Order: sequence, then structure tokens, then C-alpha cells
Amino acid sequence: MTTATHRSAEEIGRTPTGARPLPDLGVTREVPLPDVTDTTLPNGLRVLVARRASVPMVELRLRVPFADPAPGGGHPAIAELLSETLLTGTATRDRVAVDDDLAAVGADLGASVDPERLLVHGSGLADGLPVILDVLADLLTGATHPDHEVARERERLVERIAVARAQPRTIAREALQRVRFGTHPITAEMPTASDVTAVTSEQVRATHAASLVPRGSTLTLVGDVDPAAATAAVEQALGSWTSSATALELAAPPYPAAGDLVLVHRPGSVQSQLRLSGPAVPREDPAYAALQLANLVFGGYFSSRWMENIREDKGYTYGAHSGSEFIPGGAVLGVDTDVASDVTAAALLETRYELGRLSAVPPTAAEIDAARSYAVGSLLISLDNQGGLASTIAGLAAVGLDLDWLREHPARLHAVTADDVAEAALRFFAPSGFSGVVVGDADVIGRGVRALGGIA
Amino acid sequence: MLHRTALANGLRVLLVPDPATPVVGVAVHVDVGFRSEPEGRTGFAHLFEHLMFQGSESLEKLAHFRHVQGSGGVFNGSTHQDYTDYFEVLPAAALERALFLEADRLRAPTLSQENLANQIDVVKEEIRLNVLNRPYGGFPWILLPPVLYDTFPNAHNGYGDFSELEQASLDDAAAFFDTYYAPGNAQVTVAGFIDLDETLALVEKHFGDIPARPTPTRPSFFEPVPGVERRQAVPDAHAPLPALAMGFRLPDPATDLDGYLAHMLLASVLGDGEAARLQRRLVHADGLVTDISAAAGLMGSLDARDPDTFTVTAVHPAAVDPDRVIGAVDEELEKLAAQGPSADELSRQVARWSAGAHQENDRVMYRMLGLGARELLYGRAEITDELPGRLAAVTPDAVSAAAASLRGAGRGVLLVEPGKGEDA
Repeated sequence: MTTATHRSAEEIGRTPTGARPLPDLGVTREVPLPDVTDTTLPNGLRVLVARRASVPMVELRLRVPFADPAPGGGHPAIAELLSETLLTGTATRDRVAVDDDLAAVGADLGASVDPERLLVHGSGLADGLPVILDVLADLLTGATHPDHEVARERERLVERIAVARAQPRTIAREALQRVRFGTHPITAEMPTASDVTAVTSEQVRATHAASLVPRGSTLTLVGDVDPAAATAAVEQALGSWTSSATALELAAPPYPAAGDLVLVHRPGSVQSQLRLSGPAVPREDPAYAALQLANLVFGGYFSSRWMENIREDKGYTYGAHSGSEFIPGGAVLGVDTDVASDVTAAALLETRYELGRLSAVPPTAAEIDAARSYAVGSLLISLDNQGGLASTIAGLAAVGLDLDWLREHPARLHAVTADDVAEAALRFFAPSGFSGVVVGDADVIGRGVRALGGIA
Repeated sequence: MLHRTALANGLRVLLVPDPATPVVGVAVHVDVGFRSEPEGRTGFAHLFEHLMFQGSESLEKLAHFRHVQGSGGVFNGSTHQDYTDYFEVLPAAALERALFLEADRLRAPTLSQENLANQIDVVKEEIRLNVLNRPYGGFPWILLPPVLYDTFPNAHNGYGDFSELEQASLDDAAAFFDTYYAPGNAQVTVAGFIDLDETLALVEKHFGDIPARPTPTRPSFFEPVPGVERRQAVPDAHAPLPALAMGFRLPDPATDLDGYLAHMLLASVLGDGEAARLQRRLVHADGLVTDISAAAGLMGSLDARDPDTFTVTAVHPAAVDPDRVIGAVDEELEKLAAQGPSADELSRQVARWSAGAHQENDRVMYRMLGLGARELLYGRAEITDELPGRLAAVTPDAVSAAAASLRGAGRGVLLVEPGKGEDA
């Protein structure tokens, strides 16, 4: 492919010195996690603040539990439109003024909602915190959800839902949620177009008043701020955000039952989505650390049995990943990969084989040590920036945990024995414990995957 | 603080100490991207990136991944227009191990027929995942360049055609490595919790004995700016709504950095945030589009040499004629060309860029990759740290001139048409 002379592949791979030894690791450097101040304001809002002055920024996460108070009444569509119009107008600011005031201090705020919570998230220059909090307070206490903004966002939301539902990952996710949780409200991640079209701006404003409330909600700030001063600033800015109501937590769904995989037909697919799922345990469970290590060995990182098999050995996929997803009251395990149509049956066979192998042939000491090092090291890396730390603190607080859980977690990981991992492998990864979906062109993949059995 | 040097074999070295972090990052940037791959071998630069993870003289297949992750680290690589990067971020205790892993594959990668066949399959799955099996796959980075550009380097698909990927041979890989992966054509960047002298000694220890080889002459990919609008429509069987992309040429950042920065701010004034011109006009006032955005640089700002592309992309309802969208964008460009943004409007966008720069600096991975790419492409990693100040110095008139230059030149327009009659 070039005209210049070059060495052969074999010559390139050899040097006179030959193979060299892998250097040892040096001494691990510990950087303590910051203290987090934890204050509950008179209005019921919990405020968590940590100082991390690595850059002159501040990260903000406001989590409001936002469960459907009356399933069947259109809440998911109303909540989506509430989220889409939260930043579009108050008594004193229109959509443009909200954005202008935030941009002036290098800030961005956004809102998103799912069946569990509404989240206002963003960041800005740390010395702009008073402005950010002023805008946030205006949105929480004074968002008017103007009729014309609700009307326009209703149109856009219908268009965006059409785009999202054309994505194979969305099709697979929605099918998986139905298989796992039936009709529980946790499955209502994206409303239907007709539900969106029916939402009125009065409904949006009523839901804001009733459900977007401080009691039960948590505001997390991480950045180049003084925790006491930042907490005082929050109290001053958000003190007038009040309600007698408490934000509503989503009820725990039933744990998914094991069962046949459901084949979902997507005509014209050139790839198939395999989505298998079974029960797991949450972070505070005594088995969690062993489950975490067993999962890494199975498919939780690149150097896992499943990835090395179906990608690096067989070339069936670009990526394969397994991991825990936390849900109210617990956690579920997900086993996800996308593979070409013509190898779908083969990939499913290998996936079941690796699940069976993990439960029958327990992880070795070397596999467990590598997984443990990765679990400790990747945690260190993920916390080494303001945004990662803010999301972690907010995520832990949502399930009643704090940074002490993280501080103690490396010790928990080190205490896990090979027997613990073998027990977790048998308990959580046995193929008989899974249900799930296969999405693809059934005319191409159907015969092959059905021949393997366990397909509804 | 940035420290740069070069080894005797020509390998450039950039060291970026940060005493506040417990993390270290190592990146190797190689001065070859998909624009340099030969005709008949589309996708080869990216395929070759995959091969570099498949083992080397001291490391059997899978060992690279296992050593990085087993040391508590994360890794990746990526192929761009003009460069390919390989990197890992780990606890600082693993610094020497990371340098060893990178040096071993830059010195003597294992290029085998079995690994080549395996990674061709993996890359085809990557393309199915990101392009073929989803709506708007490759929009606009694969689909727009052939509309705007004429020459193979600038116009072709950097992910590659399946038929050409399947023809890639082991000898192609050997030639590509010997030509482009010479130490004089590469740069190592080390960032995070490092001691300068110790790190430099370790870089010398592991990379120093890679023999020097001739460094390829870097070709110019220049081609004239088209004088007219070119237009092309492509079907997308999975897309529920039409989309369009407008592609314009950017100034050369190597010779006209301030002109380039004015285009970066123009993109922000047009598309960044609810107060941006195109959001206000096309999304809200006229209701023409579902979403719209503008960007300087096909794969990111300051991420390629000349020529690179300024893009405006939109998804719109089928009932809206694409010419109405294009006409409204043109009117907004003309307004900005006639009268630039206000000083406040511009300073707000500069504040957002500054905040974004702080966030990039807060993560060792992003800081290392940004500095490394700018050092390799322009010879000046300092551009990263100077960016907030230089953007703040861009005047409304300069943004106005950027808008005028887009209106005054030819461009490429790509129309994505939803598949007709197919169940997407």
C-alpha cells in the first residue's frame, strides 16, 4: 500500500532484546475524599456541600423524587413536559433571559425526568453561584410554564419521541422493562405521542405545584466553594421554596422472574440486541462487593470472560457489558450486547455458556485480583473531578448512603474471598436465573435463536 | 506548566504535572489519521488502531487490556482526521507500567493474520452499531464530507467500506506501521501526579531504544473552497424525520488562529443555549426544526489541520421544506454579517467556553488528550490554556466577518431523507 520498502509483519514484532519484563507498580497514593456538610433547611430541603477546589467551578445536582402519584392519570407525559418547560419562563425571566443570566457566569442548567426523580443539573463558575441559585430559585418557585412554550415543547417532544423510538437501544430498553417489571410505573420511561398531545399547560403547572417540592429533595454542590457559606447562600435563595407536601419516592417494583427470552421483531435490522437480566443486590447488601467482583470477571469490564470470548476471540460484537442497575428497594443485573444478525444465535449460545461457566467454574485468584484492582482504581479515577464527585454524592444520598460508604468500600473489596465470589457467581449468574429480550429481524434470526430453546 | 522535549529517536515528549491528583495519564499521539489512508483501503487507519491493542513483543494478545485494568486503570484509542491517539489513565502508582505498555507496542506490535481477521469483524460490528443499524448513523461526519470535498483524503468515509476492510492484508499493516508509526512521527504526553525528572528518565528508559526511522513527509490536504452550493440527498431507512447538514470551510488554524476562533464563537452565537440565534429563530419563533446545532470542526474544535468543516445540522418535521430551514439559517448568517453580535452576547459565550475549559482541565484524561492533540497538530499545546483569553479578545466585528465568509463562499448541503414505505 506504500511504495517504500518496509519490514514484514514478523520482522516488526521482534527486536534483538526480546520480550521485556512488566514493571512493578509503585506506591498507591491516597487522596482523602472531602468532608460533606449535610444540612436540612426549614423547608425540608437537604443540602450537601463539598469543597473540591481543583478548578474555579461549582457543580450542582438537585434531585426531586418524582414518582407517579396516580398511575394511569398521564403523569409520565406531564412530567416530561414539566421538565422541558421548567427553564422557559418565570414572572421575571423568559426563556432567553434564563439562558442569558446563566451564560453570564459560565453556567448551564438542565432538567430531566424519569420514573424515579426529576433532576436539575448543571455547573458554572464558582463565583457565579449566587446567580445560579437565584435563577434556580426563580425556576422552582416561579416557573410559569407559559402556554405557548408548553404548546411548542409538546410538538417537539412528539418529534423527539419518534426519533428516540427508532433507535434500536430504545426499542430494546422498552421491551426489557416490560419483560422485567410488567406494568409497574418504573417502566414508563418515555411517554406515548398521544399522551403527550393530551397534556395541557394547566396540568403541567398543577403538577409543578403539587410534586416539585423541597421536602424529600436533595441539593448537592461540589466545587471551589466554602461549604458553610454555600449552604447559607442556598438557604437564602431557596428558603421561599416551600410546600406542605413531601416529594414522592417510587415504590419498589417486583423483582423480575426468570423466564424465556422474548424475541422482538425489528424489520430491516442488520444487528440484534441481546438484553438479559436477573436479580442483583444494592450497595448496602453484604453480598454487594462479591457481586461487583463476580460481575467484573463475567462482563463488567474489557478484561472479562464474556468480552474476551465474543469480541476478542470470535469477533461477534464491538462491545459487551454487564452491570448492576439500582432500582427502588434493590438492584437488577443487566447483560447487554449488540451483535450482527448472522451471529445472533452463536452469540446467545456463548453468552449462556459464559453465564453457566461463571457459576460452575468459579473465578480464579488472578481474575479476582485484577477485578479488585480495577474496582478500586477506577473508583479513584471517577472521583477525581468535581462532576464525578457531585454525581456520586447525589447518587449515594438518594439511597441513604454517604461518602463514608465509599471510603470504606476498598476495604470491603479487599475482604472479599474467593469463596464469596464463587457464591455470588452461582447466586447471580446462573443462566437459569435470567429473563430478557432479543431484538432483531426475526425473519433472519428467528429460526436460529429458537433452535437453542428458551425463547418465547 | 507544560514541559516539552524530544528523545534522540525523534519521539516528542510533553509532560504536564498536576500535584493535586492521585491519577496519572499516558497518551501516545501518532501523526496519521484517516485522511492519510490510501485509496482502496478506506477505514484502514482506524482498523490499524484496533490492531495496536492486539499484543506486542512482550505482551501476548489481551495482555494490554489486562495489565491496564488490573492496575486499576482505564484505556482507549481513537482515530481522527489527522491523528490517532492511544491512552490510559491509572492510579499514579502505575506510571512506569503504562509507559512500558505504550512503548512496547510502538516498538514491536504483534501483527498477525488471526488478529487482523478478528479485528475486521469487530470493526464491522462497530460500524453496524454506530452507522448501519440506527437512524442518522454517520450523520454528519461520514455523510457530509463527500458533498463538500472533492479529493479522496477529505471526502472518503473514515470508518471504511466493508469490501475494502475485508481486503486489508497483513502486508498493508506492516507498511502502514513502518511508514507512519516511526518514533519521529509520534508524541508521548504524560499528565497528572508526576515528578518531572523521574518521568523523563522513565520515558527515556522505555521509549529511548526504539530505533529512529524515516519520518513520512506530511502531505497537504488542501483543496479549493467550492464556488457554489453543492447538494446531495441520501436515504435513511431507519430515520423517522428528515435531517439536513450544511457544511462550510473553516480558516486554517495554523495560519489564521484568530479567524478560526471567530468561527468557534460564531457557532456558539448561532447554536449554543436557548438564547442562541438559531434556537430562537428556527426552533421557537418559526417552529421549523426539532433541534439544530452549529459547530466549528467536523470532529471537534481545534482537532484537525486544514481543511476542516463548519457545520450546521438540524432534524426537522417532514412537513417543513428543507429550503425553508436553509433559508432561515442564511438570513441569520446575513444578519450577523451585517451587524455582529452584541458585546454582551459575545461575552456570555466566552464565559461558557471558559467554564468548559475549566471542566476539561479538571479531568486528567481530557486535559492530557486536549494538550496532546494541539501539540501534535499545531506544535503548541499552550493554545489550550490560552483559549479563554484569546476567545475573550475576539471582537463582534470578527464574528461578523466569520458569518460573512460563510455566506460568501460555496458549501455542501446534505439532505437525509427518511426511507419511504419501510417500517423503521
